[in-house]
Amino acid sequence: MKQSRLITSILAFGYAFLYIPLVSVVFYSFNDSRLATVWGGFSTRWYGELFRNDQILDAMFLSFRIAATSATFATILGTMAGLILVRFGRFRGRALFSGMITSPLVMPEVITGLSLLLLFVSLQQLIGWPGQRGFSTITIAHTTFSMAYVAVVVRSRLAAMDESLEEAAMDLGCGPLRVIFDITLPLIAPAMVAGWLLAFTLSLDDLVIASFVSGPGSSTLPMYIFSKVKLGVTPDINALASLIILIVSVGLLLSWAAMRTRSS
Amino acid sequence: MTKEKRKDFIRIHNVSKHFGDFVAVDDVNLTIGQGELFSILGGSGCGKSTLLRMMAGFETPTGGTIEIDGVDVTALPPYERPVNMMFQSYAIFPHMNVEKNIAYGLRKDGIADNDITKRVDDMLGLVQLGDFRKRKPDQLSGGQRQRVALARALIKEPKVLLLDEPLAALDKKLREQTQFELMNIQDTLGITFVVVTHDQEEAMTLSTRIAVMEKGRFLQVGEPKEIYEYPRSRFVADFIGTINTFEGKVTAAHDDAITVSCPDVVAPVHALRDTDIDIGQEVCVAVRPEKIFISLEQPEDDGAVQIRGVVDDLGYLGNLSLYRIRLETGRMIQVSRQNRRRSAKRFVEWDDEVWVSWRPRSGVVITSED
Amino acid sequence: MATTGESKTWRRVTVAIPYLWLFIFFLLPFAIILKISLADPIIAQPPFTPTFDEQGGLSITIDNFLFLLTDKLYAITYLKSVVMAFSATVLCLLLGFPMAYGIAKTAPSVRSLLLLLIVLPFWISFLLRVYAWMGLLNNYGVINNTLMWAGIIDQPIQIMYTDFAIFIGLTYSYLPFMILPLYATLERMDLDLIEAAQDLGASRTQSFWDITWPLARPGVIAGCLLVFIPAMGEYVVPYLLGGPESLLIGRVLFDEFFVNRDWPLASAVAIVLLLLLVVPIVFMQRNDANLEAAE
Repeated sequence: MKQSRLITSILAFGYAFLYIPLVSVVFYSFNDSRLATVWGGFSTRWYGELFRNDQILDAMFLSFRIAATSATFATILGTMAGLILVRFGRFRGRALFSGMITSPLVMPEVITGLSLLLLFVSLQQLIGWPGQRGFSTITIAHTTFSMAYVAVVVRSRLAAMDESLEEAAMDLGCGPLRVIFDITLPLIAPAMVAGWLLAFTLSLDDLVIASFVSGPGSSTLPMYIFSKVKLGVTPDINALASLIILIVSVGLLLSWAAMRTRSS
Repeated sequence: MTKEKRKDFIRIHNVSKHFGDFVAVDDVNLTIGQGELFSILGGSGCGKSTLLRMMAGFETPTGGTIEIDGVDVTALPPYERPVNMMFQSYAIFPHMNVEKNIAYGLRKDGIADNDITKRVDDMLGLVQLGDFRKRKPDQLSGGQRQRVALARALIKEPKVLLLDEPLAALDKKLREQTQFELMNIQDTLGITFVVVTHDQEEAMTLSTRIAVMEKGRFLQVGEPKEIYEYPRSRFVADFIGTINTFEGKVTAAHDDAITVSCPDVVAPVHALRDTDIDIGQEVCVAVRPEKIFISLEQPEDDGAVQIRGVVDDLGYLGNLSLYRIRLETGRMIQVSRQNRRRSAKRFVEWDDEVWVSWRPRSGVVITSED
Repeated sequence: MATTGESKTWRRVTVAIPYLWLFIFFLLPFAIILKISLADPIIAQPPFTPTFDEQGGLSITIDNFLFLLTDKLYAITYLKSVVMAFSATVLCLLLGFPMAYGIAKTAPSVRSLLLLLIVLPFWISFLLRVYAWMGLLNNYGVINNTLMWAGIIDQPIQIMYTDFAIFIGLTYSYLPFMILPLYATLERMDLDLIEAAQDLGASRTQSFWDITWPLARPGVIAGCLLVFIPAMGEYVVPYLLGGPESLLIGRVLFDEFFVNRDWPLASAVAIVLLLLLVVPIVFMQRNDANLEAAE
């Protein structure tokens, strides 16, 4: 069916709406002027300054560590949750479990952040841990909301999978636990990878929750960026943003091209 | 297929399966002999797949027991039963090649690697997939995948092989070929096969015995010929092939025959009787289309049932011709006739007046309500 | 299916691990928020009174809730958050539905690229994308500069630091969340149905309302809730793009907590927000169950 004119124009407008801000940021990252949006000539000096900025590098390093760790835990827990919801049938407390695993997807971040901070404070009072909030508390927080996203991705892949494959394995002598390792996990591996990447991105991007549960001395990349942009647009943040846009775009386009060649 | 007495191998004893209020399998009993190629035949929703899954261990019976070779397997999980299943979707592991798929069950049993390789070789030969060892499932045709599924199940030398609609996904030519291959394999290996199918032609060709199932119960169990020639209920009569049924009341009973007065047939109908039937009892006389003769002149009076009718429709199928004849009473019956002679002229034409007749032995009396 | 005792134990262990995690780190904290919302703020570490005093008696207060209920400012803020979130949801729907529909109808080869382009912004930092709008909406930002250069206006228009800026920012940030579930539902829909309806005499508009809309409804509901619920508690967008008078509840909570150091009040604000969101959240989970059943 041919596309109507109206729909095509709305599509074009929508994509423009999504991308114009990004294009503008990249454009101005090459702006020589310190006044971020008044054009002062082409320059790459802000990129250079980025690499000399220790604070950014420290924050980046911390964020990457947190992201990698929480993504890994989130993938493990999220995959378990996905398996439980799709393959384990009914069990006592399933409704509550299902509710708990889907709520973090929509829960406003201020609520999650506040709740976790209060938990950590109470734990500190009760058992003396965590004394210093930072890497571990942020990682725990990120794992908790990321696992919900991983669970969604894993669930949809599991639902699309032929259940008789697992039955066939059991019929051939495989115990239920072995089936998961021999058959289920290899087949949902792409979903698990996608989930890991998703969790990684979410963690790298989180500002609000990290603000609540971090402590002095542990500033994540978003926290650093936020502290600078509160005051307005700054050129070095433009450069940082452009770099991230570039890396993400290239990464996604490469994986898309790879998937295309694989399927053709 | 030999006529010797087979040892009772599978015993299904008062097995039921309830899903909430819904009764999928209703207190069934069945004994299958060793080395049989047994089919459970029925339409969708009749409970045959549920019964098969209970034999495989994927469902637990709500009541009753299942015994295989003398051992009660009812509570055993599927991975501990000496039973293997060929799934309707074949369920070939997409991330393993043909060789690994077939070897999978043996690896689970902890068999040594060189033994496994040899057995896989033998099995590949048996199902004629020798050149396909290293292929991945997405590189195989439907028929080839089916053979992988079969090989994978058989290599474990199970006591029983369960097949869920094995020929459903194949086209007609492939289906015929595979039917004979399955029968050969079963005969060679001597394994007891239990097939579940909705295709009565398949059941009739493959099986030593058939159980016709409907609404969770077995309506009749017997050899294909018995089921076809001596159906014991209208449902079974109609499910297998086509049949003409005439309702009526018994007017006379002799030594081995009865006379039934059927409103649809002008003359009294004679039929064989094999059970006690009372005069006045309401019965159904069933006659297969191939057992009815059509002639343009009235046939000789030799005790056959004779009725006049008009050709309402006819269809040419190559080896057979099918006729719909409207009897004097307005009733429509189906007659089939082999095209033994090749001639340019048709045997009868539309709207011809004809006589239809059949021998008394051709009519089967059905007394049940079903 | 019959299971052995050993596999039953493994099942229990497998269920227990994520269950416990979620219970401790997701559910339990809500109970703690409730407990603290019933306390008084004090200058101490931590800055709230303990629930049980030295004698072991219960020491709770509902002052915080009373304050919230009586102070007009809070009522207005909650209301404003609802209105903002709702408006953003509507605009996302108006823009996102045609987009999702358009993508679902393109040829499969193009479709994956188009989808990738929708998802790409999502993978770029949320914070940075909101930041990007700052550059556009500023008094000497791209939009104003372009309008002035084109001669349409002489003076820059104040877009930044207004409610309108927040509105644009919310819509921009959450648009992918609307498009993706909508696309998933529309893609699954058999387009033959529309052709069948038109063959039977329905006009394009009629076939839309009669066929497309009802079938797309679960996706619409999912998308709307995926936008509305988090937008209600948004902090970053109102902070960066809004002015000092455009207070949304997410920001109020944050400020009460970090600026005023009034943990109990912040907790009370959170509880009330949660109560407002309970109905949409439950609704969303029911809708999810319907979506799953329909597959």
